[in-house]
Amino acid sequence: MAEIVSLAEGVAAVVHDGDVVAMEGFTHLIPFAAGHEVIRQGRRDLTLVRMTPDLIYDQLIGAGCARRLVFSWGGNPGVGSLHRFRDAVQQGWPLPLEVEEHSHAGMANRYVAGAAGLPFAVLRGYMGTDLPAQTDTIKPITCPFTGEVLTAVPALNPDAAIVHAQRADRLGNVQLWGITGVHKETVLASRRSLVTVEEVVDELDPRPGALVLPTWAVDYVAEVPRGAHPSYAQGYYDRDNAYYQAWDAISRDRDAFRRWLDEHVLAAGPAAADRRR
Amino acid sequence: MTTPTQQQAGWTADEMMTVAAARALGDGMTCFVGIGLPSTAANLARRTHAPGLVLVYESGTLGSKPDRLPLSIGDGILADTADAVVGVPEVFNYWLQPGRIDVGFLGAAQLDRFANINTTVIGPDYRAPKVRLPGAGGAPEIAASCRQVIVVVRQNRRALVDRVDFVTSVGYGRGPGDRERLGLTGGGPRLVITDLGILEPDPDTCELTLTRLHPGVTVEQAREATGWPLVVADDPARTDPPSERELAILRRLEQTKGGRG
Repeated sequence: MAEIVSLAEGVAAVVHDGDVVAMEGFTHLIPFAAGHEVIRQGRRDLTLVRMTPDLIYDQLIGAGCARRLVFSWGGNPGVGSLHRFRDAVQQGWPLPLEVEEHSHAGMANRYVAGAAGLPFAVLRGYMGTDLPAQTDTIKPITCPFTGEVLTAVPALNPDAAIVHAQRADRLGNVQLWGITGVHKETVLASRRSLVTVEEVVDELDPRPGALVLPTWAVDYVAEVPRGAHPSYAQGYYDRDNAYYQAWDAISRDRDAFRRWLDEHVLAAGPAAADRRR
Repeated sequence: MTTPTQQQAGWTADEMMTVAAARALGDGMTCFVGIGLPSTAANLARRTHAPGLVLVYESGTLGSKPDRLPLSIGDGILADTADAVVGVPEVFNYWLQPGRIDVGFLGAAQLDRFANINTTVIGPDYRAPKVRLPGAGGAPEIAASCRQVIVVVRQNRRALVDRVDFVTSVGYGRGPGDRERLGLTGGGPRLVITDLGILEPDPDTCELTLTRLHPGVTVEQAREATGWPLVVADDPARTDPPSERELAILRRLEQTKGGRG
């Protein structure tokens, strides 16, 4: 049964120094408020796992929380580069960042294997690319039935999963809809999980296409309105495209980034999300 | 690059590139769409000659019919207007991998003479890159599995290189027979659409060959903007300039990008 907690309690319970942490959300429902709370709690040496690091990991990397990044596409969607990520890879600032690089199909299948309790997944992928030479979690495998050579990638089983969703009920059953990405796989693959939600309601009425994570599959639920901002929560608020565009200039410059971090994350308490309403 | 003809005509080389890309998409095709120019071109095609074009985005939206241009591949408008929304593992495993998609539409930071694509790093050392690019995303499997691939890229010597620094997505590898050897089930790149013209793989050598020039562009300009000795088809065809209708719809679309419409 999931426990309903505050954002700070939830983050403290699931994320510890040195953990492998996956904060997912494919453009939609990215758990930004929880990411900021990880920064405030001063976590270090994290292995951050995410298909698209997006601004959330650019911020965590720039804040010095990460030692390693496992990912498949590290850009600012529709805008350009992730400058904190680039600075860490190219200049080692604020810390050197190891990368473990995959394709989207590979990452998605790694979560699927993790959720299914299998050691690896099989796909037609990576053949002929230079990725297997750089990433030791991509290996050829021969089909025992046809002899065809395919690609194997190991399961991802993060220590902690954090995702955002639209709603939960008071028992901690979680409901989400719209683009659901790899939310389900990430939560099921991980040892501990925190789901931040727009609202906790008495009853979850059915929604077309909605996905439910039953309370017994989730460890912690925290109510964090606008917790996915500047990404979006379908039915609640739109993606803040202006923020994504403004991030380009803020993140390009180390001092501008530091000022942003001080003002918008460190000086803000975990209740900042509430004040944004 | 803007030529005198284009200035007189009142459209830019990028607009010509987008219109040429839109024209390459047939009505009723299924198209796996990347963000940026491919998304603009696919949405233009749907509003002009191909209203039945099926747009599939890697965020899991099948059959999106956005009334404005999304800024990202996961904008809410794509889910709101889709025939179905599926998870990311499903879009790659059930819809892309078995070869259900007609056209994959890709961009490139570097593209080589065998249409291999680099979107990972610039420079010879992966661990110490000169420029760290975003990486693979969905591209390697799109390039592997779609029935055909269209690449859209601005033509200059930094982008069109003899050998890419890093193979993120395979075109024709090192030449004829490589796709079959690698077990890649899709047909590979059929068209490379640039701001200067169109390149197509030679049926025998798989090398990209200039087959078409946009209005006002010369063969010399195209050669000058290519990082290998570019083979030019005998008497390359001329692209029709953008029509007034195409331009009007394209410009209206661009104004809606990422907005609330």
